[in-house]
Order: sequence, then structure tokens, then C-alpha cells
Amino acid sequence: MNGTVLQVQNLTISYGNHIAVDDISFDVQDGDLLGIVGPNGSGKTTTFRAILGLQPYGGKISMFGYGPDKFKSLIPLVGYVPQKIIFEPNFPATVHDIVSMGIIHEKKITKGMDLLKQNNCYLNRVQNTNGATTLDDTPNTVGPDCKNRTRSCTGCTTPDDALKTVDLEHLRDRRIGELSAGEQQRVFIAQSLIKNPLMMILDEPVTSADVESQTKFYSIMKKLSESGITIVWSSHDLDAIERYASRVACMNRKLFFHGKKEQFFSDEKLLKTYTESAMQVHMHRHGH
Amino acid sequence: MVFEILSYGFMQKALVSGIAVAIICSFIGTFLVLRRYSLFGDGISHVAFGGISLGLFLGVFPLWSAFIVSVLGGLGLQKLRSSTKISGDAAVAVVLVSGLAVGVILISVSGGFSVDLFSFLFGSILLISIQDTVLIVSISAGIVGVLLVLQKQFLYISFNEEQAKVAGLNVTLLNYLFVVLAAVTVVTSMRLVGILLISALIVIPNITAMLYGKGFKKTVGISISMSVFSTVMGILLSYVFNLAPSGLIVMIAVALLLGTLGCRSLGLISNVKIREPSKISHNS
Repeated sequence: MNGTVLQVQNLTISYGNHIAVDDISFDVQDGDLLGIVGPNGSGKTTTFRAILGLQPYGGKISMFGYGPDKFKSLIPLVGYVPQKIIFEPNFPATVHDIVSMGIIHEKKITKGMDLLKQNNCYLNRVQNTNGATTLDDTPNTVGPDCKNRTRSCTGCTTPDDALKTVDLEHLRDRRIGELSAGEQQRVFIAQSLIKNPLMMILDEPVTSADVESQTKFYSIMKKLSESGITIVWSSHDLDAIERYASRVACMNRKLFFHGKKEQFFSDEKLLKTYTESAMQVHMHRHGH
Repeated sequence: MVFEILSYGFMQKALVSGIAVAIICSFIGTFLVLRRYSLFGDGISHVAFGGISLGLFLGVFPLWSAFIVSVLGGLGLQKLRSSTKISGDAAVAVVLVSGLAVGVILISVSGGFSVDLFSFLFGSILLISIQDTVLIVSISAGIVGVLLVLQKQFLYISFNEEQAKVAGLNVTLLNYLFVVLAAVTVVTSMRLVGILLISALIVIPNITAMLYGKGFKKTVGISISMSVFSTVMGILLSYVFNLAPSGLIVMIAVALLLGTLGCRSLGLISNVKIREPSKISHNS
């Protein structure tokens, strides 16, 4: 772990009188595969939306060492795969068309990368300025050199390459509406990969996928993590979190745990509390 | 027979204007249908009715007042949709009835319906002047130019606005630009099929084209072809049978839709399997 990619401090989000996210703080380190667990309605998606500038919030979020004033340039460097995407079922776009949309604003991506390169490396900024938005001229001594690490997924620069990474090149000319939910999620991962993201946010990506699609997804996620992409991933699947995550955050509006997965899974009391809380939410939602 | 029809100046103007309008209606209609905004044309055309009534009431050229009122109506509709919890179709309904109500009030003040007003309600493509033709073709060229330049951006926000925002697109600005383009398209097209039938030319060729199960460019191509064919045939047949061109244009478009559905059920067009639409659930 060489530096902080994302820092969330005292994040609070409310809808009227309802507090959806209550004063949570966590960070994501370079190369992390952070698994966020929490029952339905625990604020995972809301937190992601705040990070991506889609949701007003209270508190402080910094990304690659910069504050929200630079997010317009930095968010295009983040790959985001929402839980599910609604679209017109007859939408006349092929898989290739959808993946190509990922680099629709190449200028923004270049601008974001230029911003990070300004001081050799964003990681250096974070470690020296602790998330401040002022420029830091000190040379990079800790994190990897951004000049050599401008793109974390080398080779994923064309729609076909991105589709190959997610094992869907054979479906490139099919319409998006013809694909299964699991295949669609992989298309959206490819759409993120085409811009070689520095960080990916995956919001319960396998919720509506079958077992085969889930297995494929996890193998892709593992491959991406090994290639150096920082991944923040929310899931209900504790087995998958235990198997693939490097660190874990557990939340139910408030943050109950944030740290190494070994620590999380060895804390039986915490696990029991999480399981009971998730079960209660499930039963409440299903009228039991 | 066809050469004889084409030799008339009014038919030449009608065909040139009709083709221009058919192209912009189906092109912009693709995005409207994809955004589940099919009745936007209907809503804006009713607002345009209010604008025309205002023009007739004030004694100014009604098309200009319709342009201004329709663009304002379109922007208001977008604002209503984005800053309140009112859904797209409900927002269209609110704007539609408001425009119509204003129009009815102004007409009653001005002394009732006139020939001018009827020509806007039902179309009068065979009566347009050379100046109208030049204006329609120029505006259509501008709209097609903007759509060609920004088609990928409009396609992305039609697919998913939030993903487009994350990709760095200025979705708010694009949305406002889009409704302005759509409002201008509707007003430009009123002379062809009239206020009451304009949404048919925007929606039907696109629904038909989507049944072919092709990608975006081919779908737009098929839609434009269908729209132009309906328009040209409608205008020609209106001369032959002395019938209203607007009604014929729409009925030919409907016939093409029914024909395509028939071909699909007979297996002459590949029957694409479309899965149930998925939904974003921000439940956490």
C-alpha cells in the first residue's frame, strides 16, 4: 500500500428526516480491493453516489489527494458499474457501441491524468498534503511514478480489448437488450475498462447474475485487481468478500468496521451482529 | 403521372420541405423514443398552438411566436422533470394542457378559429411559399448538423444519464440543448402534418425501425428512410386522390409499422429476443 486513493471523512447523507449515511469515515489505499458489506438500505449505493458526485452530502471526500473542486476532472478516471441499469429494452445499441461510450469524453480523461501528473504522482500529493487541494511541488518519494503508471490496465484501450478482458468479444455485435443480466454487467465493466480506470467502483455487481456469471465476474475482478486497479466493491456475499477482498468495510448507515479482512472475519461478535442485522432487514422488507 | 406532379412548383416545394422535416423528425425522434419521451412532440406542439394563438392575437408572424413559446415550453418541461419529482410523462401532460389552455383563451379573445389556425392544426404543406421552404431546409440542416456532431453524447444520456455524468458529460447542458432542438423541430414540422399529428412523425418511424433489431446507426437510417418514404408517398397520393397530405403521411407510416410487425410474426425479419428491462435500485 503506497498511498491513499480515496478518503471519506464524516460522510453524512440524509433525505429529509431520514439519515441514510451517518458520519462514516474510511479510506481506500492504492491497489486495495475493498469489500463493503451491509444489508439492503445500509447506505452503500448512496455512499458510492456521493463519491461520484451524483448525490449531495455533508462531510469531506478527497480523491487522488484532491477535493471536490477537482472532481469534474478526476471522476472520469473512475470506472463505475452500478447495481443495475435501466434502459429501453429495444435500445438500438450493440455491445460494441455501449463499450465505446466509456471514452466518450477523452479530453476529460486526459485532463484528469494531466492533473495527476502535475506533481509526479497523486500518491505523493496525498502523503504530503493529507488531501489538501493545493499543489505540492515536492518530488515523489513514496508512491509509484505517475509517468510510468498513467494507466493501470495496459492493453485495454479499444472496445475489442476491453471485451476480450471480460470474455465477451463474441457478443460485440449483439444488441445490449438481448444479453442476460450477468452479461450486461460484464459489458458495463468493459465500458469502464476502456478508459483504463485508476479506480473502479462496483456496486453489488452480481446481484441478478446466475452462478456461472458470478464465477466469471469474480475471476475478472481478481484479474483486474492483480493488474493494479484499485477496486471498491459492495456485496452481500460474505464468502466472496472473504475470498477476494484485501480489506473490508462493514456498514449499516454507520460504519461498524473498517480494516483488514482477517480481522473482520476473526471477530465472531461482529460477524454475528452483521448477519442478524442483515436478516432483520431482509425479513422486514419481505413482510415476515 | 409522377413527372407531371413534379413539374408543379407547389409540389416541388412541398416535397423538398417534407423530406427535410421527415429527416429531422425521425432523427430527433430516435432519442425521444429512447428516453421514453415519445409524447414530448405532442406536448410541445400543443404549446406551439398557444404560441401561434399568441402571434395571431398580437398580430405578429405566428411561426416566430410559436418558436419562442415552444422553446420556453421545452425548457420549462425539462426544468419540471429535473428539479421536481414529477415524472417525464406527467411533466409532458402538464405542459401540454397548459399550452392548449392558453391557446384556447387567446383564440376566444381574438374572435374564434381562423383559416390560419386550421392550417397549423392540420398542416398545409401544399400551400407553403419558397421563403418557408428555404427556412425549413435551413433550420433542418442546422438541426441535423448538431445531431450528427453530438449523436454519441445524446445516445449516452438516452442510455443512462448517471453513467454519462460519471463519464464527464455535462448532462444538464446537453439536456437543455436537446429540448431546444426538439422544440425547434416540432415547430418547423408543423406546416407538414400539423400540430395534431406531429408526434406521429416523431414516434412511428422510430418504433418501426427498432423492430428490425439493428444498432444505432442502422436504426436511424431505417427510421429516416421510413419517414421520408411516408412523406413523399403521402404528398404524391394527396395530389392524386385529392386528400389531406398530413393524414395520408401518418397512415402510410402506420401501414409500414403494421407491415413490419406482420413480417416479424411471419419470421421474415429476425425476431430479436429482448429480455425484461432491468432497473436501478438505489436501495442501499
